[in-house]
Amino acid sequence: MTAPEIETARAQLSGIFDLIAEMQAVDTSGVEPMSHSQDLSQRLREDVVTEANQREAFQAIAPQVEAGLFLVPKVIE
Amino acid sequence: MFESSLKQLGDALRAKKISSVELTQLYLDRIATHNPELNAYVTLNPEMSLAQARTADERLAAGSAEALTGIPVAQKDIFCAKGWLTTCGSKMLHNFVSPYDAHVISQFNNAGAINLGKTNMDEFAMGSSNETSYYGAVKNPWDKTRVPGGSSGGTASAVAARLCAAATGTDTGGSIRQPAALCGISGLKPTYGVCSRYGMIAFASSLDQAGPMGRSAEDLALLLNTMAGFDERDSTSLQRDKEDYARDLNKPLNGLRIGLPKEFFAEGLGSDVAKAVEAAIAEYKKLGATVVDISLPNTRLSIPVYYVLAPAEASSNLSRFDGVRYGYRAPDYTDLADMYEQSRSQGFGAEVKRRIMIGTYVLSHGYYDAYYIQAQKIRRLIAQDFVEAYKHCDVIMGPTSPSTAFKLGEKGDDPVQMYLSDIYTIAVNLAGLPGMSIPCGFGENDMPVGLQIIGNYFDEARMLNVAHQYQLATDWHSRAPQL
Repeated sequence: MTAPEIETARAQLSGIFDLIAEMQAVDTSGVEPMSHSQDLSQRLREDVVTEANQREAFQAIAPQVEAGLFLVPKVIE
Repeated sequence: MFESSLKQLGDALRAKKISSVELTQLYLDRIATHNPELNAYVTLNPEMSLAQARTADERLAAGSAEALTGIPVAQKDIFCAKGWLTTCGSKMLHNFVSPYDAHVISQFNNAGAINLGKTNMDEFAMGSSNETSYYGAVKNPWDKTRVPGGSSGGTASAVAARLCAAATGTDTGGSIRQPAALCGISGLKPTYGVCSRYGMIAFASSLDQAGPMGRSAEDLALLLNTMAGFDERDSTSLQRDKEDYARDLNKPLNGLRIGLPKEFFAEGLGSDVAKAVEAAIAEYKKLGATVVDISLPNTRLSIPVYYVLAPAEASSNLSRFDGVRYGYRAPDYTDLADMYEQSRSQGFGAEVKRRIMIGTYVLSHGYYDAYYIQAQKIRRLIAQDFVEAYKHCDVIMGPTSPSTAFKLGEKGDDPVQMYLSDIYTIAVNLAGLPGMSIPCGFGENDMPVGLQIIGNYFDEARMLNVAHQYQLATDWHSRAPQL
């Protein structure tokens, strides 16, 4: 972000956190956190390959590839 | 032809009164005329659409057509569709041609529907006005100086302007219902888990849900019949028996108990919207329904809770966009870390960055309990409000949005004002309930008003029945804007 963008973002984020702060007044002692509306646990599946191999298709849309690999700037000298 | 229902279109196609190729071409021509002004579609691919139409015509000729075979349906650009540019309204995915189909897309393909094009949306579905799209704002066809709502704004505008027979949307905090209300169309967000999220680009995974948008409840039922279904590739997809969502459309409403939450009619609601919604309730009484006063006491808290949970999930989901495997990569960078940083800061727009920052903050060590866990606890209180309410009523009704469509640019600089406009829709996502919006009149400046109908879990067929009976008695849903 540029310097003026940071200033705007600071003001906007403060406004949003003022809004979020309304939550702190609520007494939630004894309430279980809710992550799923049906309170189901995540379904498990067999650990087997289910998707078809689409390596060519996925490589074709990558920013930079070589010899079947995704290229990134050098990490280890 | 552009005013025909999906059932009428299906009948015309099966009776060979029109071919799918002809119908698709009619829509493509209409899009070519009006889309430059409305900006409802971001990607068109007439070649692919017409190829699908030719296949549909073969199927129609062979007599193996289903309800939607040959019918042109627009797809929100959040759904991955094989061979189609799928941008999610972002520069980050400006060059992403999807190598696979979302489950919802393959359901439409299997039904023989035509993918007419990809509709514009707020970037990564984050917005309530469609102004955060990298591809420009969408115009409301009722008044082109006003927003169509968001995030499914392109879809709402396209359906209202008759630039498609029907379309899809997604709803994380109101993104189907609010644009449907602002554009004068019908839209349904099903119970969480009814439509698969596979291939639907993730925003907030515990809230995101796909649903149909169209011109009538009857059309929505046909669309939902195609979209819904178990999919093992989505770990939150629900294993349930297949149902016909049109089965109860024609039931009378005698004895229906409508709950009216007092919090939905309190301060902040525009008087023009209140008037139209109250008139709709009066119509329901004429149809045999009774009204029950109820309370959803934690409604106001749904906004802060949502603006903790949704950004938290988004900050995690959007970490995948790193410029390595697909999407945007910055042209200049010094090393790997700089490549990530440059690609993400150039690829994401302001609203997306804002939410990633909020999300990262509320999940950070030392703040996690105070923000994220506290929000999840209040989420349960909000869901319990509904459980209590449904002991006294069958459906809940109220406004979809506090005002009609606002002017383009009007709320652009003030995210909090924009967030507050989601007050009536967000709690439904937090609870995972089904909700819909149908047109119920016009407010200030002759802009459409939406009536929200909230059902109990898996009560979509009843909600569609409730909406359809109203649409048989009134004609708001068949009003079309002058383009």
